[in-house]
Amino acid sequence: MEHYTMNLNLKVWRQKNSASKGEFKLYRVENISSEMSFLEMFDVLNEQLIRDGEDPVTFDHDCREGICGACSMYINGKPHGPWQANTTCQLHMRAFKDGDTVVVEPWRANAFPVIKDLMVDRTAFDRIIQAGGYISVNTGNAVDGNALPIEKDKADASFAAAMCIGCGACVAACKNSSAMLFLSAKVSHLALLPQGAPERKSRVMNMVAQMDKEGFGSCTNTGACEATCPKEISISNIARLNQEYLMAGLTAE
Amino acid sequence: MLNAKIPAGPLESKWTDYKGHCKLVNPANKRKLEVIIVGTGLAGASAAASLGELGYKVKAFCFQDSPRRAHSIAAQGGINAAKNYQNDGDSVFRLFYDTIKGGDYRAREANVHRLAEVSTNIIDQCVAQGVPFAREYGGLLSNRSFGGTQVQRTFYAAGQTGQQLLIGAYQALERQVALGNVKMYSRHEMLEIVKIDGKARGIIARDLVSGELERHFGHAVLLCSGGYGNVFYLSTNAMGSNVTAAWKAHRQGALFSNPCFTQIHPTCIPVSGDHQSKLTLMSESLRNDGRIWVPKKQNDTRKATDIPEEERDYYLERRYPAFGNLVPRDVASRAAKERCDAGYGVGSSKQAVYLDYASAIERYGRTEANKQGRNNVSLEEIIAMGKEVVKEKYGNLFDMYEKITGENPYEVPMRIYPAVHYTMGGLWVDYELQTTVPGLYALGEANFSDHGANRLGASALMQGLADGYFVIPYTIGNYLADEIYSKAIATDHPAFAEAEKAVSDRINQLMNIRGKQSVESFHKRLGKIMWDKCGMARNEEGLKQAIQEIQALKKEFWSDVRIPGEINGMNPELDKANRVADFIELGELMCIDALNRNESCGGHFREESQTEEGEAMRDDANFMYVAAWEFKGEHQWELHKEALNYDVIKPSQRNYK
Repeated sequence: MEHYTMNLNLKVWRQKNSASKGEFKLYRVENISSEMSFLEMFDVLNEQLIRDGEDPVTFDHDCREGICGACSMYINGKPHGPWQANTTCQLHMRAFKDGDTVVVEPWRANAFPVIKDLMVDRTAFDRIIQAGGYISVNTGNAVDGNALPIEKDKADASFAAAMCIGCGACVAACKNSSAMLFLSAKVSHLALLPQGAPERKSRVMNMVAQMDKEGFGSCTNTGACEATCPKEISISNIARLNQEYLMAGLTAE
Repeated sequence: MLNAKIPAGPLESKWTDYKGHCKLVNPANKRKLEVIIVGTGLAGASAAASLGELGYKVKAFCFQDSPRRAHSIAAQGGINAAKNYQNDGDSVFRLFYDTIKGGDYRAREANVHRLAEVSTNIIDQCVAQGVPFAREYGGLLSNRSFGGTQVQRTFYAAGQTGQQLLIGAYQALERQVALGNVKMYSRHEMLEIVKIDGKARGIIARDLVSGELERHFGHAVLLCSGGYGNVFYLSTNAMGSNVTAAWKAHRQGALFSNPCFTQIHPTCIPVSGDHQSKLTLMSESLRNDGRIWVPKKQNDTRKATDIPEEERDYYLERRYPAFGNLVPRDVASRAAKERCDAGYGVGSSKQAVYLDYASAIERYGRTEANKQGRNNVSLEEIIAMGKEVVKEKYGNLFDMYEKITGENPYEVPMRIYPAVHYTMGGLWVDYELQTTVPGLYALGEANFSDHGANRLGASALMQGLADGYFVIPYTIGNYLADEIYSKAIATDHPAFAEAEKAVSDRINQLMNIRGKQSVESFHKRLGKIMWDKCGMARNEEGLKQAIQEIQALKKEFWSDVRIPGEINGMNPELDKANRVADFIELGELMCIDALNRNESCGGHFREESQTEEGEAMRDDANFMYVAAWEFKGEHQWELHKEALNYDVIKPSQRNYK
């Protein structure tokens, strides 16, 4: 791949803290290599800001290899930017060309308040897991791993749902800020396994109740979540969630 | 002074005997005992969940926004366990033996045997939690093989085993949070250990959002804070991975062991420029089919595909005809460095070698044509069929490579280069995982105990979960049973006030330097010194230079670093400055340790200690010990030695020829 350099105009959301009002600020970065990752381009910007005595841009990031789910930038109107099945940290600068203007915002959702600049508070996801996103088994109680054969198809489908990295792009992409794709991935992961069966009903009821309490919106099946998910979590998980919820409701005592 | 507290008796019954005789804490007393856990990766999350289940009052801390993001999540390959589901002759003893040998005879027999024993429980526990391991059509668990072993004992979930295991432990942890047994403090960083009457009694943590310092009491403190590979700046570690928690413990009296033992992985995507912030691992399995080469001509700028066969140097096949491209990790890494240093490197940085799939694609294509019973197939067709086979085997890795480099590895050879991946060294712990400070424990990669001088693939996940689920729940009881008379200490105790003041003074000092150079620029310079002089190959002269350069860097850092922003509020530059200051001190100790260990073993290669053919040469007569360093003051450490006794295994020189 031919390597090239570019100059870019950045329009970046700056917000001091959750209580203050934010605004867009314009920055220019020069000699950006097409081989850089998007976050490395932000490293360059931040070094520039530090040198000029300004406050660098705060953003979440950690593994920078697309698996921890920390990075969360809304780039030119799309969570994680223009590439399909991709996280912000794996977006590379060859996606842009010289002279481009790039608009960068935080995830925007009531349930994800801004902490600073591009960093938001996603602890609502942890609380949804606390409401039932687990199998209640204490350490040391397990039977032999092969005592319970599980159909390969089901194990694979469960794994496909469990691949969710909890980044919140689905919420950011949804016009209603719904967390249904995230929630349905966890419900599916556990509902597809026999180990998850004993708590199946209470799990889905409690997790949905917690999601509503956190202030996420409703699902209207537009599919923006699936289209933006970096791990390609399928919207069919939402159908499964609805089915699980309905069954749990119908058979509730 | 070093007492590893290894139980008496035959190796295979030590752990059973220990469990049968260690002290217990009754349930009513557990409710009164508080445990602090720093870090929520596999070791920390599993310990927090297990101790919460037992009834202890647990407080868990992580610097990430959620415990689910700890760097254990990035592990790809798998987790070893001596299940022998494949009926291929595996056993607890073989897993134990492979781990000791893989570690080049620098690990403790008793700890490693216990690790092998509990490995089978880990798989059962994870399956019960709903970890979706790969399965066969019959519904049973699938295994694959990994380096350094002759059996198939690695359990996996595609290339995301670490993620799935961590999510399992995270969910168990969140269940305890919901039950009120664990209180979770995310976006918090531990910045000091509080000691009272010689025992660890709490920590000072900084809330990274508000910038406030907090005092937390605990009857015991567990450090599960991971490894220190980021001392090299560029590594496969996450950006936030740091040594700070372990280093504070070290400065408070916990010995630090074998810091120079670092693992450098041969197949990573190479550095593309000065802007590079981290390196990405490409699974080692790619070496099974790929051929590694560089041009025979120095500074050859032609495209790989334009270089004819006879002008390529397949240097691993040339130097190691018996093992070829499958030589062990350390050998492959050093050979790549040697070629690049000599001017044969490729790519824009010239710090890379080719990993070429062209011949594998053709070979697989021909096999496929044979399978289909077709003769007279054109080369184009054979190559097309071969690409399909390679895609099935390695498709996700090839995709990842293309995403990062923009090159299509089905058409042009991949460029790879070695990168820092894991650190075997860490806080010295005894059999109970207790450091030399009573009440202070270290689990997982943060301790030094199980991997000797080199870790085998798929063993890091095993150790993290072994320590957290199955070891600490027993060994901590043996300590806490004597603490039931100790009431919780109020955090207005002078020791807490003093520790908080020390942290606050240091932060103020850092902020008031108001120099000219960014934290990042210091970190990069430290990384370059470490990589050049304490990296894949080390020698006396280089290490001595490195020590001086690091001391000078430390001085410069403390007089010219520029940290923008404020103390009271979110300030990632300040967080980073705290970490880099500790990395600088650690870097010096690593060089001192590497200088002291005048032998080559595992990941540590001293140029003075090699055979005529350039192979690593161990020196058991002089160095069969754990080097445990005691902090004595700025730039001063005292060496303590723990002799390694091999009662069951007879050490031999590793030989790959």
